[in-house]
Amino acid sequence: MAYSDKVLDHYENPRNVGSFDKGDQSIGTGMVGAPACGDVMKLQIRVNEQGVIEDAKFKTYGCGSAIASSSLLTEWVKGKTLEEAGQIKNTQIAEELALPPVKIHCSVLAEDAIKAAIRDYQEKQSKGKADAA
Amino acid sequence: MKKPIYLDYSATTPVDPRVAEKLCAYLTLDGEFGNPASRSHSFGWHAEEAVEEARGHVAALIGADPKEIVWTSGATESNNLAIKGAAQFYKGKGKHVVTCKTEHKAVLDTCRQLEREGFEVTYLDPEPNGLVDLRKLEAALRPDTILVSIMHVNNEIGVIQDLAAIGKLTRSRGILLHSDAAQSAGKVPIDVNAMNIDLLSLSGHKIYGPKGIGALYVRRKPRVRLEAQMHGGGHERGMRSGTLPTHQCVGMGEAFRIAKVEMAQENERIRMLRDRLYSGLRDLEEVYVNGDMDQRIAGNLNISFNFVEGESLIMALKGIAVSSGSACTSASLEPSYVLRALGRNDELAHSSIRFTLGRFTTQEDVDYTIKLVKEKIGKLRELSPLWEMYKEGVDLKSVQWAAH
Repeated sequence: MAYSDKVLDHYENPRNVGSFDKGDQSIGTGMVGAPACGDVMKLQIRVNEQGVIEDAKFKTYGCGSAIASSSLLTEWVKGKTLEEAGQIKNTQIAEELALPPVKIHCSVLAEDAIKAAIRDYQEKQSKGKADAA
Repeated sequence: MKKPIYLDYSATTPVDPRVAEKLCAYLTLDGEFGNPASRSHSFGWHAEEAVEEARGHVAALIGADPKEIVWTSGATESNNLAIKGAAQFYKGKGKHVVTCKTEHKAVLDTCRQLEREGFEVTYLDPEPNGLVDLRKLEAALRPDTILVSIMHVNNEIGVIQDLAAIGKLTRSRGILLHSDAAQSAGKVPIDVNAMNIDLLSLSGHKIYGPKGIGALYVRRKPRVRLEAQMHGGGHERGMRSGTLPTHQCVGMGEAFRIAKVEMAQENERIRMLRDRLYSGLRDLEEVYVNGDMDQRIAGNLNISFNFVEGESLIMALKGIAVSSGSACTSASLEPSYVLRALGRNDELAHSSIRFTLGRFTTQEDVDYTIKLVKEKIGKLRELSPLWEMYKEGVDLKSVQWAAH
């Protein structure tokens, strides 16, 4: 299968690969997918007190399109508020990377990953407040 | 751009230049272009002579009589003709067929068609090393079993089934034995009489012959009958109508002739290269060979690189042409059914790469491949959350995955 230039670029030079400390209060972690399906994405965000994503990192087990989708997503979410990042749609990722129909699920997984990371961060914050109170 | 290194010889092979040269003489006006079925002039006679000489070479490689060779368009057609043809002819005797879950789709899908026609098919589970357990095969045989179809060499993992033992069993029960030998002819010695094989599918392009040509061995003593699947002018003793493609028959014949002469020496060279590849890769962490390493053709190495997804690895290995056991590329997202049948877990089945070496593979090709694979595995594992979890000591089976 022929990959688009953008997929190839992200695949060959993935942005923001790595991990943050899961236990840190300012970190939200989203892990989606399953090895049985051939895709697992881990997306982490570091959020400041204003609710802005300052940094993002990812690791992905999956095909080139899955790696590119998550790499692109880390670029997009940096500097966005949680609300803005939560509105990123898989169709935008698929369009930017020119994913063929059989690879649309990779972009869906990326959308799931950012949503899961935001949810994890928010749960951490509300739990932190509850513990403080 | 430099062409990638070809390590996908089980998918197809380049035509040997000696074969190409020979078959080219049967195409144009200044060559022998006649219809081998034409009886009324020398154009036909010469073409027929060439086809019969080629038939002799095909027969010789498997210890058969030339009269037992039926030309087809390839191993897929041979499998169809053998399985459907025999089942339909002998359905009065019984309607049960036995095969194995790791067969090629040309066998499995043909068996599915028989099921739709009212036959019953037993699909045996192979052992974890890919081989069929003879006791399980024997236990599956019934009074109404008419045909057993077990491939000689598996296309994905390269394991060699013990056809001689299987043939002894089926012959003693009066059951026909068919074998798909597309991946074994010219790589493993075959003797249809010593092995008690009744029907054997052969392919031209897996052994440096042209694509679009194959053959089916059909035993004459005791005679095996088939219901024709292609009707027409009654060519090939009524078993397969259609004008013979003289140049392709000649090409396959020449390829089989060369294979018979060079097989032993060639296997030794290819096995040395395959073993070099394996020893270069085996010191990586978490690599697993799929299928038995001893009962295996010389040119095959099917290996799973745990925690790295096969399609992304193939993408990383763009300097070499290999195939992935993972069928992600065919959009099914299903890992290889062959590896699943061996009981491989999903991660390993999704992480497999098939390297198949052949006549034109060099030591430089192998050394380059080792270097490239090692580098790319390292890079992809740095990217893999599963590798990170493994390194942290997380048991991946204990994780609640959100399947999608």
